[in-house]
Amino acid sequence: MNYVIIGTGPAGVVAAETLRQRESTAAITLIGDEPEPPYSRMAIPYHLIGDIAEEGTHLRKAPAHFERERIQCIQQHVSNIQVDNHQLTLADGSQLGFDKLLLATGSRAVRPPIPGMDLPGVTNCWTLADARRIIAKANAGDDVILMGAGFIGCIILEALAKRGVNLTVVEMENRMVPRMMDEQSGGLLKRWCEQQGVRVLTSTKVKAVSVAGEKLYVELETQPAMQVDLLICATGVKPNIELAKGWLQTRHGILVNRRLQTNHPDIFAAGDVAEGRDFSTGDYSVQAIQPTAVEHGFIAATNMSGGHYLHQGSVNMNVLDTMGLISASFGLWQGVENGESATLNDPEHYRYINLQFKGERLVGANTLGMTQHIGALRGLIQNRTRLGKWKDYLMDNPSRFMEAYLQQRVA
Amino acid sequence: MAWTKKILRVNLTDGVISAEPLNMEWAQQYLGQRGLATRYFVEEVDAQVGALSPDNKFIMATGPLTGTMASTGGRYSCITKSPLTGTIACSNSGGFFGAEMKNAGWDMIILEGKSPTPVYLYVENDQARLIPAEDLWGKSVWATDEEIHKKHQDPQIRIACVGRAAESGNLFAAVVNDLHRAAGRSGVGTVLASKNVKAVALRGTRGVGNIKDMKRFMDATFEHKKVLAANAVTGAGLPTYGTQVLMNVINELGALPTRNMREVRFEGAHSVSGEAMHEPRASDGKKNLTRNGGCFGCTIACGRISSVDRTHFSVKDKPQYWGNSGGLEYEAAWALGPDTGVDDLDALTYVNFLCNEDGIDPISFGATVAAAMELFEDGVITTEQTGGIELKFGSAEALVKIAELTARGEGFGKEIGLGSKRLCEKYGRPELSMTVKGQEFPAYDPRGIQGMGLTYATSNRGACHLRSYTVSSEVLGIPVKTDPLATDGKPELVIAFQDATAAVDSSGLCIFSTFAWSLDNIAPQIDAACEGDWSVEKCAEVGARIWQLERDFNMRAGLTAADDTLPKRLLKDAANVGPAEGKVCDLGAMLPKYYELRGWTTEGQLTPETRQRYGLPS
Amino acid sequence: MQKSLHIDPEKCTGCLQCEMACSYENEGVFNPSKSRIKVFTFHDEGRFVPYTCTQCDEAWCMQACPVDAIVLNFVTGAKYILNDRCVGCKVCTIACPFGTVNYNTSTGKVIKCDLCGGDPKCAEACPTGAITYIDANATGLERMRMWAAKTDTQASTHA
Repeated sequence: MNYVIIGTGPAGVVAAETLRQRESTAAITLIGDEPEPPYSRMAIPYHLIGDIAEEGTHLRKAPAHFERERIQCIQQHVSNIQVDNHQLTLADGSQLGFDKLLLATGSRAVRPPIPGMDLPGVTNCWTLADARRIIAKANAGDDVILMGAGFIGCIILEALAKRGVNLTVVEMENRMVPRMMDEQSGGLLKRWCEQQGVRVLTSTKVKAVSVAGEKLYVELETQPAMQVDLLICATGVKPNIELAKGWLQTRHGILVNRRLQTNHPDIFAAGDVAEGRDFSTGDYSVQAIQPTAVEHGFIAATNMSGGHYLHQGSVNMNVLDTMGLISASFGLWQGVENGESATLNDPEHYRYINLQFKGERLVGANTLGMTQHIGALRGLIQNRTRLGKWKDYLMDNPSRFMEAYLQQRVA
Repeated sequence: MAWTKKILRVNLTDGVISAEPLNMEWAQQYLGQRGLATRYFVEEVDAQVGALSPDNKFIMATGPLTGTMASTGGRYSCITKSPLTGTIACSNSGGFFGAEMKNAGWDMIILEGKSPTPVYLYVENDQARLIPAEDLWGKSVWATDEEIHKKHQDPQIRIACVGRAAESGNLFAAVVNDLHRAAGRSGVGTVLASKNVKAVALRGTRGVGNIKDMKRFMDATFEHKKVLAANAVTGAGLPTYGTQVLMNVINELGALPTRNMREVRFEGAHSVSGEAMHEPRASDGKKNLTRNGGCFGCTIACGRISSVDRTHFSVKDKPQYWGNSGGLEYEAAWALGPDTGVDDLDALTYVNFLCNEDGIDPISFGATVAAAMELFEDGVITTEQTGGIELKFGSAEALVKIAELTARGEGFGKEIGLGSKRLCEKYGRPELSMTVKGQEFPAYDPRGIQGMGLTYATSNRGACHLRSYTVSSEVLGIPVKTDPLATDGKPELVIAFQDATAAVDSSGLCIFSTFAWSLDNIAPQIDAACEGDWSVEKCAEVGARIWQLERDFNMRAGLTAADDTLPKRLLKDAANVGPAEGKVCDLGAMLPKYYELRGWTTEGQLTPETRQRYGLPS
Repeated sequence: MQKSLHIDPEKCTGCLQCEMACSYENEGVFNPSKSRIKVFTFHDEGRFVPYTCTQCDEAWCMQACPVDAIVLNFVTGAKYILNDRCVGCKVCTIACPFGTVNYNTSTGKVIKCDLCGGDPKCAEACPTGAITYIDANATGLERMRMWAAKTDTQASTHA
């Protein structure tokens, strides 16, 4: 078999390794268009702080890992795919054939359609190249605006603060990480950042950016304009579906079935680019998180190589360290219709927990300031554990989730 | 080392919290916990202070081995002046609270002054805060524990708190930690409540290190754990039956005080014994004892975890008491059972739950009820005072009702909360109070175990078995068997036990380890952990110094040699049955020699030579 | 024969010797809050339950790690953390559905049971035999893994 994988993120790499495990003789090619070995975007903030060198972000650390696994790595952009003759064309014009193809092209940072977003002082924080740019430009005393206090924004906050820049965060929603944390905890996060000396402007937007001498002139809605050295745009990402457009079914991402197969039987999709099944809702959507990418990669590769593995859906979850305050979200943290929820809130100590139930099952959770045993929340959701009397205990004191989990386990 | 070398001082009056270094010179002289905290206490508090005055202080103190891998190294003590006895109070507790204090980085917490409003102290490593507790005031220990855990969203917090009894001024209120471990005796809970402190809640994640020679320490603790495991008492008796292993033994010996110590043998002893806790009950086939539980680091695990029969009259309409909780230890079982003449194991277990739930000392409670029962049978008090309760010896119903009232500080329970001495004085029959220095007796009749008579009379905190447990020698033959009916050699025996116990109580280890361990086992563990030289001799000397320091405080507080005595009943009324039949406790044969050996005047005062010998503060 | 930790809650007295042994081995001090094994108390039921990583085959933590910092010890079967690689992103702490990978705020890395390289100190310290280290097929490991497999994403058959 001749397998080709486009995309060198976690989905692509796990898929390549899974294929190798399942088929020792297959030809496996991994194509990425960034001039780096496969690396993890999750690790970039730690590189920005200086905790790790660039190599520390690499997905695989063993020397010559890919050679040893006999996975051929190509660093080139794929121009197009000729599906009928199972071939693709690389940027240099060369052709590559495949029996089965995995699209794991990931997503990219987008910039909102605002005047001036293409100016040189504006950057994303998504790739290693972006990181290099930030390291070069965001230094002690520099004025920096971080646009977007979503997951990516929050995770690089600390790195920017530690670099000693004068940081202002601009978020159009009324709180931080609006797609991960509820209003109370998102609000607490904002207060936390402010307490750490970061200026956080919520419910406002950047209207326009222009050049003002050495600086950028940034106009804001409802706030005075600012002059800054650097504007980092972290307003969201979008799946890289261009290669699939027109000939595969796509929506926001590429549509796949429970085998992670597209509407073409020999073409699969995984990771940020795929609209995989969501465990909690049963619907298909782009989750764009690391554990889901890994699951996708494994399942897609299993099915590509003759296995039959139905994806039950990934639990949407996130964990975030915002300047030392740790937040996590699981499943349907927004709650469900006719559901119930339990909350404990200790704003003074930045501790918060909210559990969402449907009947006697846990379906979602938000936590702030908790680091112990939080994976059990995933366990409870994913096992669809019937909580029985522990539902009442958790309604009274949701912080006892680990006991609830264990009680089911050893009962 | 092993000490964190840090003290947390909390001035409740003005809300100022500060950290200070531990006085290491004193640590070398007094080790930790009981001894070291007493040294601080006598330095800082006038012995004449009113126990419930804001000028009294309240110290929670760990020992250098608290929180380490030494078996039983989970202890802490509460040191203050007792409202029950007017003496120094030092109540020792296990559970997990002490180790948490060490993990948070503190050897001791000193609470001084009085908070203007109810508060609780929350300590998370080096962060400490007083948090308003108006909402917790009026709640039980159990409810408070639950609320604080919820508030901080952390199931791992360890909490020590007082219940409604302490709030109501009950003079033998306990500080209860981890739901059912207690610094039980001498009314230390009453003092904490008098300062408007509902609880101390701790979270420590820093770890306990500072061990002088870690390899030697690990080897020593490992080695001596094997000694505990191989010993018949600590390796088998205590894990299986808990301290309740003693009920039938002491009863056989004719030394089980019964019905306010009128008798020395209880016909219903078996029904409330450790063996009975293992017998399946008729209603549901379950045993009273669910399992044994250990305090922090304890490889003995004598703790009882029990449940009450759901069909029992005391709980049948109260499902909140159907679960498991801390079960009967011997002293509690005795005070609630033989001393009141009640032989109903479920009633005793339920009442024990209540004692934990609202923080009262079950020994003082049971013994005071026993005195009240005698007053009732003598017609001195009637149902008019008791609010309709037929307070008769042997009545489980009466015991249960009185316990509910006392726990909550209501009705006749408030009078029980005075303790037996004040209650009997109030009703003009002081001779019916079975107390020394105002504290109620525990479960060994000194007519049948003579050394315990001297123990009780000279104990620095009033009648107590935990100041020199000569039962070990006189009954169990540990370390050597002595004749329980003889008085010869008992002054020496009592002093040796008192000194060794004071050292153990200052180390962080549990006194129950000494069923198997002597200072020969304990000193090497201290020595491996702590800077300085901690030979057996030095440990014994430190123990003696502590004893003298406590005594000195008591004498300054106004006690005299006349307080070193026993109730007439034990000195004049002979035992009616058993090996001690015809005998009284011959305290007079032991006390003068004891004073002499201690280096005290015939008035019981420390001589200047004694003071100098131990380097006591002037 | 690979060995694994066998836990018998019926024998546990909740003394936490295991937690101290674990933290001493891994942190050099006695610190239950940093222990990889944790004893949970079910007060009402009168039960103590020691609990730690089962070294599950799925290795959710290892799979989810974005920087290859969790690796398999082929001899013991343990998945262990390489501290110099771990960046502290905590993805493994939410990925592990057993709740047995925890973030250590003092080091900025995660911690989990690594079977002490084949000589687990918790088992050595346990005074009652509630924790033992024995042949994997005798431990009910299969039963525990089946329980683990109940997690729905793994419900389908592998080819």
